[in-house]
Amino acid sequence: MNARHFLLAAGCAALVALSGCATKPMRDYSAFQSARPASLLVLPPTNDSPDIKATPSAWALSTGPLAEAGYYVLPVTLVEQTFRENGVMTAEEAQGLPINKLREVFGADAAVYLRVKQYGTSYAVISSETRVTVEGRIVDLRSGQELWSGTATASSAEQQQQSGGGLVGLLVVALVKQVIGTSTDASYNYTAMANQRLLGAPRFNGVLAGPRSPLFGQPPVARP
Amino acid sequence: MGQVMRRTIQPATLLGPTRLIAAAAAAALLLGGCVAPQHRKPLYYWGAFERQQYEALLHEGASPEDQIHKLDEAAEKARASNSALPPGFRAHLGMLHLATGNVDQARTLWEAERVTFPESAPYMNQLLKRLDTPMTADAKKPT
Repeated sequence: MNARHFLLAAGCAALVALSGCATKPMRDYSAFQSARPASLLVLPPTNDSPDIKATPSAWALSTGPLAEAGYYVLPVTLVEQTFRENGVMTAEEAQGLPINKLREVFGADAAVYLRVKQYGTSYAVISSETRVTVEGRIVDLRSGQELWSGTATASSAEQQQQSGGGLVGLLVVALVKQVIGTSTDASYNYTAMANQRLLGAPRFNGVLAGPRSPLFGQPPVARP
Repeated sequence: MGQVMRRTIQPATLLGPTRLIAAAAAAALLLGGCVAPQHRKPLYYWGAFERQQYEALLHEGASPEDQIHKLDEAAEKARASNSALPPGFRAHLGMLHLATGNVDQARTLWEAERVTFPESAPYMNQLLKRLDTPMTADAKKPT
């Protein structure tokens, strides 16, 4: 009888734990809400992948989601030029600069630190996949406080469909995908998707809408 | 000429099958709204602006003149559709003009960026200040 009860309780606990995966706890937005940043300096993204295009790709594609979320985003091409003119040549160096220096030069309210964890197409016989994962952090340049962090992935495997043509069909699909993956810069397109998921607003546990958005000041999205 | 054409076409669109299409589009929007309720009208006209920033960051390909031409076209389209240009658009265009040696145009555009987005003022002021100080080949100063 006791053992039975225990099993039941354990089962319930497991259920709760499992369903917990679906409903992640909501992040604490109090620092973000009181900081109310209006202008964002996106620093050059660091890159863990072997593809050097990951940094320009994730950097250029950060402007759209953040501006549409209601922020002023400093022009990344000019920011790059300013860094170069000051002898800051790598993303690691730029991200390692003291925040008071960044605030002094760029005058932004907050900085966005991005890290590209995965970028590119992995080639396999049956199925190749293009996958981009970006990690991000927003730090207030006035106080040094971290306001937000998150991570997002976009992958070609999400839309993968069986070709219905048996093994040969699959092989053809994989081949076609590899060709497309390299010739049209597929990683760039998946970066756009990953960045939208990471930096777009409103999203559950995402970046809050900024002052230029009609959604500014509304409570964070409550459900995924 | 464009205006004349618009005037002749517009009354006709209020009748006829265009209305049905509009209704269908509205219905589609509503239905689509169920899937992605956060979809609203974009704040800005983007065109290929991000792509052009990407290509500029790669430092390969198109000349500043070609890039200016493309951005001017995008600005024209934005005006025609009565949409706002995104943050950084004017500033980036100013940078390209500076690369071709057109200092006055760079100054005008950076000032326009500052007027449109006052949040950019601290950075734009820094850039404008540098335009006024004569630039040498090696502008780096030890700090």
